[in-house]
Amino acid sequence: MANIAMVEAVSLALSHELEHDKDVVILGEDVGINGGVFRATSGLAQKFGENRVIDTPLAEAMIAGMTVGLATQGMKPVAEAQFLGFIFPMFEQIVCHAARMRNRTRGRLTCPLVIRAPFGGGIHAPEHHSESIESMFAHTPGIRVVIPSSPSRAYGLLLAAIRDPDPVLFLEPKRIYRLVKEEVVNDGEELPLDMCFELREGNDITLVTWGSMVKETLEAADALAKQDISAEVIDVATVSPIDHDTIAESVKKTGRCVIIQEAPKHCSVGSEIAATLAENSLYSLMAPVKRVAGYDVIMPLFKLEKKYMPTVGRILKAVNEVMEVS
Amino acid sequence: MTTVASFSVEYIQYLSPNGTLTGETIPPIAKDFETIKSLYKTMVMTRVFDAKAISLQRTGKLGTYASSLGHEAVHVGIGSAMKYEDVFAPAYREYGVQFIRGVKMSEVLLYWGGDERGSNFSGPPHDFAWCVPIATQNTHAAGAALSFKLRKQPRCTVSVIGDGGSSKGDFLEAINAASAFKLPMVFVIINNGWAISVPREKQSSGETLAQKGIAGGLPSLQVDGNDLLAVHHEVKKALERARNGEGATVIEAITYRLGDHTTADDASRYRPDEEVENAKRFEPVLRLRQYLMDNNQWSVQQENKLMEDCAIKVEAAVKEYQSASKLPVSDMFDYMFAELPHDLQEQRAFALALEEENS
Repeated sequence: MANIAMVEAVSLALSHELEHDKDVVILGEDVGINGGVFRATSGLAQKFGENRVIDTPLAEAMIAGMTVGLATQGMKPVAEAQFLGFIFPMFEQIVCHAARMRNRTRGRLTCPLVIRAPFGGGIHAPEHHSESIESMFAHTPGIRVVIPSSPSRAYGLLLAAIRDPDPVLFLEPKRIYRLVKEEVVNDGEELPLDMCFELREGNDITLVTWGSMVKETLEAADALAKQDISAEVIDVATVSPIDHDTIAESVKKTGRCVIIQEAPKHCSVGSEIAATLAENSLYSLMAPVKRVAGYDVIMPLFKLEKKYMPTVGRILKAVNEVMEVS
Repeated sequence: MTTVASFSVEYIQYLSPNGTLTGETIPPIAKDFETIKSLYKTMVMTRVFDAKAISLQRTGKLGTYASSLGHEAVHVGIGSAMKYEDVFAPAYREYGVQFIRGVKMSEVLLYWGGDERGSNFSGPPHDFAWCVPIATQNTHAAGAALSFKLRKQPRCTVSVIGDGGSSKGDFLEAINAASAFKLPMVFVIINNGWAISVPREKQSSGETLAQKGIAGGLPSLQVDGNDLLAVHHEVKKALERARNGEGATVIEAITYRLGDHTTADDASRYRPDEEVENAKRFEPVLRLRQYLMDNNQWSVQQENKLMEDCAIKVEAAVKEYQSASKLPVSDMFDYMFAELPHDLQEQRAFALALEEENS
């Protein structure tokens, strides 16, 4: 079994489901013969044919609306939004229909769909290609928002998302699409949604993160180990609904927490985690919870994007501030 | 200069406003009086129901309600042309289509009475529910049609929008997709002249709304939407084409909104009474009754009996609506997901405990 990158793991999961479930179809712009602009659907049209991997006209609202229509009739469509920055025409269909169909009809019609979208900064892309807007969707009742952060988690979580009977927005942090390779066994084993993953055990502080920031957070944890600070690292993975119990359990042990996200700070997933800790875990905390986030600014074009994104240095600074409180 | 393409839009009317057949072509339904009588009854029932729903709203027994007054022929014409296995994607006032497809009057009342159970209706379980965001149902219909095509099922979808809806990108994107994928579907634009207070001519300076379908590459036509025979026949023809793999059609049905947009609207603020009075001369129910009577297929006695029957059935529907069981507070949680996530379980338990406390 070869080592593969995260984007290849996405492709592997799609291929597995196309092969094992005849109701699964893929649709989107350039997903066919071109295999997607990031090659996430590479080779799938050639393998499964153009009735399973469908190039659509260039119209995002239509792609989302047709995905809803396909799902209500018992298919399991996996649509691709080419970049998360282009998802806004889809927003109405996701919020007003995909998220509501089951509730609207008391379960008569359901929406077992997945919309995948590459997102996040750090790859020197043009405007609208780099934003992290997961909290806009996390705020919407009726949909799950899932963000993988490694090849094996991308594989297992995408399988779970496709098999889930409800709509899932699957956001792929494209900066780490090809960052690391690991062995992924194509055994069709899914990973659980709605659950955090503990990536590193520690006793002194809990670092909570997801998506591409997992990379910087793990590096920060390595650096902290050299300072004799033992950091527990949690990958939230499903940012809606959030597995608050696992985070609370960790904070109970460590008494300190820093939340790291690439998204702007205001009204974000990190805000929700911090607020929940304030509500339920105040007496476990020995220091205020801190958030290391993107600034509340328009995502800068690439000359400044590195200044926008949280760095290992910023994480260490926040951790040291939290550790100083006794 | 070379002309690379040229187009025209036909207007189809079989039954004139005074109830006589026009032109030389007579569709088969024109002589099928048993079917026409049955559809006429549904049209009248829809109108009696509509009046009752408005009065329920006026007396505080129903929420905001969107009247279908004047749309009876186009709605019943669409419903009667469809098969059960087809999928209907409505906007929010096409009760005539839905009654034919098995939706109960009490379910329409439940919906406008603020109860989601109305959308879990007795019509075909694959039909879409009422869709409030204008024209967004068009792409759902396209998606459903794509599923039929992929699965090689001989089924079609019909989606309905108004004249205002034809201005939306969702409609234009859907007709484009229907054309690109050659989908088995029919788009009906029910042009009733008004999108709340904005008249048809302010939506577009195009001579017809049907021609937007031509721009998308679809055969497109206009029908007299107050002529049951024309609507039924043309929708049926379009469905047959779709079922034969010949792709989608856009039908613009010209009718008139005789009532307010909804019970929350007052059309006298923007629409002259004379226009409404004039439109009544073209309305669909009288026209069809005249046709039946002229052909000795209908009598005053039958009409009186029908009105009595409708009143009884509508009263029964109102009773059924009013005797619906109370919605438990847990209901707002129970259909969010197939399995309720942990955080919602907590909120559900909290809401139930609060109910208990307050009772």
